Amino acid sequence: MTLPTATKRPPAAEAPTALPPVKRRNAELVMTLFAIALTLYAMIEAGLTRNNEMPPSLFLYGGLFGGLAVLAHFFIRFFAPWSDPLLLPLATLLNGLGIAMLWRLGEATGDTSRASAMDQLILTAASMVVFAGIIYFLKEPRTLQRYPYIMAVGAVFLLLLPLTPLGSEINGARQWVNFGFTSLQPSEFAKIALVVFLSGYMVTKRDVLALASRQIKIGPVKVLDLPRMRDTAPMAVMWGFCIIVLVILMNDLGTSLMLFGTFLAMIYVATQRGSWIVIGLTAFFGACAAIYPFVPHFRVRMVTWLDAFRPDVFCTDEAMANPESFCVTSGNSQQLVQGLFALAEGGMTGTGLGGGQPGYVPEVQNDFIFTAFGEELGLAGIMVMLMALALLVERGMRIALASKELFIKMFASGISFLIAFQTFVVIGGVTRVIPMTGATIPFVAKGGSALLSSWIMVALLMRMSNNARKPAPQAIQDEGATQVIQR
Amino acid sequence: MNKPIRRLSIFALALFGVLLLNVSYIQAFAAEDLREHPFNRRQFAESLNTHRGSIIVGSQEVAYSEPVGGDSDQYQRVYENGQLYAPVVGAFRAGSATGIEAAENSFLDGSHESLAVNNFRDMLTGEEPKGADVTLTINADAQQAAMDGLEALGKNGAAVALDPATGAVLASYSNPTYDPNSVASVTETDQAAQNWTELESAEQQPLLNRGLNQRYPPGSTFKIVTAAAALENGATPESTIDAPETLDLGAPLPNAWGGPCNNGAPDSLAHSIEISCNTSMANWAIQLGGQTMQEQAEAFGFNQGEMEIPITVTESLSPLETDPNILGRSGIGQANIEATPLQMAMVAAGVANDGDVMKPYLVESVQNSNLEEVETAQPEVYTTAISSGTAADLTEMMIGVTAGDEASGPGAQIPGIDVAGKTGTAETASGPTHNWFISFAPADDPQVAVAVVVEHGGGSGGTLAAPIAREIMEAVINE
Repeated sequence: MTLPTATKRPPAAEAPTALPPVKRRNAELVMTLFAIALTLYAMIEAGLTRNNEMPPSLFLYGGLFGGLAVLAHFFIRFFAPWSDPLLLPLATLLNGLGIAMLWRLGEATGDTSRASAMDQLILTAASMVVFAGIIYFLKEPRTLQRYPYIMAVGAVFLLLLPLTPLGSEINGARQWVNFGFTSLQPSEFAKIALVVFLSGYMVTKRDVLALASRQIKIGPVKVLDLPRMRDTAPMAVMWGFCIIVLVILMNDLGTSLMLFGTFLAMIYVATQRGSWIVIGLTAFFGACAAIYPFVPHFRVRMVTWLDAFRPDVFCTDEAMANPESFCVTSGNSQQLVQGLFALAEGGMTGTGLGGGQPGYVPEVQNDFIFTAFGEELGLAGIMVMLMALALLVERGMRIALASKELFIKMFASGISFLIAFQTFVVIGGVTRVIPMTGATIPFVAKGGSALLSSWIMVALLMRMSNNARKPAPQAIQDEGATQVIQR
Repeated sequence: MNKPIRRLSIFALALFGVLLLNVSYIQAFAAEDLREHPFNRRQFAESLNTHRGSIIVGSQEVAYSEPVGGDSDQYQRVYENGQLYAPVVGAFRAGSATGIEAAENSFLDGSHESLAVNNFRDMLTGEEPKGADVTLTINADAQQAAMDGLEALGKNGAAVALDPATGAVLASYSNPTYDPNSVASVTETDQAAQNWTELESAEQQPLLNRGLNQRYPPGSTFKIVTAAAALENGATPESTIDAPETLDLGAPLPNAWGGPCNNGAPDSLAHSIEISCNTSMANWAIQLGGQTMQEQAEAFGFNQGEMEIPITVTESLSPLETDPNILGRSGIGQANIEATPLQMAMVAAGVANDGDVMKPYLVESVQNSNLEEVETAQPEVYTTAISSGTAADLTEMMIGVTAGDEASGPGAQIPGIDVAGKTGTAETASGPTHNWFISFAPADDPQVAVAVVVEHGGGSGGTLAAPIAREIMEAVINE
């Protein structure tokens, strides 16, 4: 539909999107302290409820985690003083709640073999070092624009790494690389590299992707504005990679969905053409439908999602033969359904930290940590978490709006959308909105790779926001008065 | 480029909106259903952590909870004389419960609303919360007599005893039984679950409470219902009807001994009951008609659907028969007549209680953890089956069954006490006959009404079932 020209906004209307030139560093400090306090309070509550005692290592956690967060704040104060003041407190809050929950699942129950807050705390420390490093060294994120193809090769390399002998399979998905002392999930970093590549690539190819077109008409009505065949090459490569490599070879549905979703979002931002989304979605879901009969693990996931409550999906055959066993031996949808039971148990206000029984959910320390929050903090607590994540995303989008360079706009919106979409894929999977795919909630879930990549993303956003919000240098000439040369 | 970024951020917000709506739905609207979902083990796991009340018979706690100890918060359910009471008490297991443990669960685990005040008071005073105790109507001696008698026979079967005046269930035993302790362990759950599975699949069906949940053809014990219908419709104990050697009902219907009932002459109602004549009683049923027969059976409690006592009792059946051949057979408790032992005990109890059938009940009272009565049984009339005159006539006739010159059930005689009874030997489609006896005593002041059935006993009701009935009645009367 065409809009009458009178309603079109003049370009000047975009000016108010620039953030006001205020630092608000003190506000950031207060909010960060609040997030730390919330974390420690959560640990105290869990300790008192479960073991009737204060967490014995409360000061250690308070000192280390609180100290790190406060240090990060002062680091920002010096090296990125104009950056967005909400990002650090939000990241601290989410990371802290994650640590508190892992402490409750691991240390508080005396079994740290599966979940350990101390490990998570050490990983947090390492992540914050990287966070500081990025803020310090990457003064101008636009320099990344110079190496799009290196980034692309890097992303592909990282994604394929698990297929090499180094790779290992955990819970049916081949997405880990074992280094002996620790294992990493390279796809967590590949996605950031991919956003860098796409930002650089789209900025250069933007015009041709946006403008060259073939119109499809039915009679006089324009139905779709299709790009030229040769311009669909990047889309085809991306699609082939996501479907063939990630879904078929690696059974990594989550990464596939996340990367392709982010790709679509970024191509839309670059070109502003809906037809790319239509083509992309058609190709992706068409491929999914086509491979459905041939890829068993994909089929299993769909059945698990749609028929989660069917007895033969919930139980194993063995358990089916003995209905009284209550399906203690788990079938495919056991985790999903137990997760829903955990959420239901929590209800509106939850059982209180330490008061629930999150252990019913298998592997609760990973993606399903969300259900542990749902059970113990209730709908109220979950809403807070979702709002914190949403706020993080929207601040990121705001940075994209406020930036002036196209590359930064692409980059910031791409990373923000990545966070949003990752959250959606994970939590949507856990709460049965979409099929379960296996990815991690940013900041919250156990796992070093995910935590590190989340902090990297926040570091990049902070650096970009600093540059966007920094007021333009003052005009030096002032009514002919004495010139003051300012550095 | 800002317009698509704005749109993208709205889309991102929409994604969060979907998540928020969905978790709201799960945690607010669907939560109740999910919590009670049959797959959900949480509800039962929690129940293992509650201090359940005891189940009491007489002054003995036959089921009680004791802490597992160690660092476990769980309680172990312990059953005293488990095998004896299992048919009534049932078993409380990790996962579910049966019998009274299931039927009175809300009292036993303290969640019943009438316990709310008590629970609140316990909370205030810092007392450990405990469920309410449930006292049963079961008479320990009568229950033991039922078990001893049926176990000695080594046959499957059931015995139910009622207090005719109130409907209180004095005994309810089903053979074979099982030990609930073997399936209730909370520490060795795998073994417990395996034991339960074995019980479930056992050919003898030890988990089936035959007294309340198994229907049998009642055979000649149903002649009491037929006689009641005749008396209610103008007949007297002296009224006679043809009682030949065999009656042609499609296939010939003989008498148990192969001869006529009164040397070929029409036989009186009283004599027909005393010797358990088939041909005369079939003739009575045909003469009274299907409608009348069904109404009389329903007046005793047939066709009334399931009953909660509070254990669920299976419905007994007396369909409307229009074919005289089938009607004749149903008049002697064959064809499509099917009754639970409890139902036949209710027939005896109705006759004993001047025609009023009292509603059976198993729970005498419920006491909260501070020993205050929360509930006490209130006896109520279930149906009025017959007039008191008819009841008196039937009682006389039934005394003849145990004490008459040609008594068919002398095995139920108790020295010095008149016993009113009726034998039954029911043909089964497969295998030997089921052997029945229903009775009440003392006939002039009934304290107990009994029904005993021996599955595929292959003998007669008078020889196999009547002695067990006598032992049960003696156990009650001699208290």
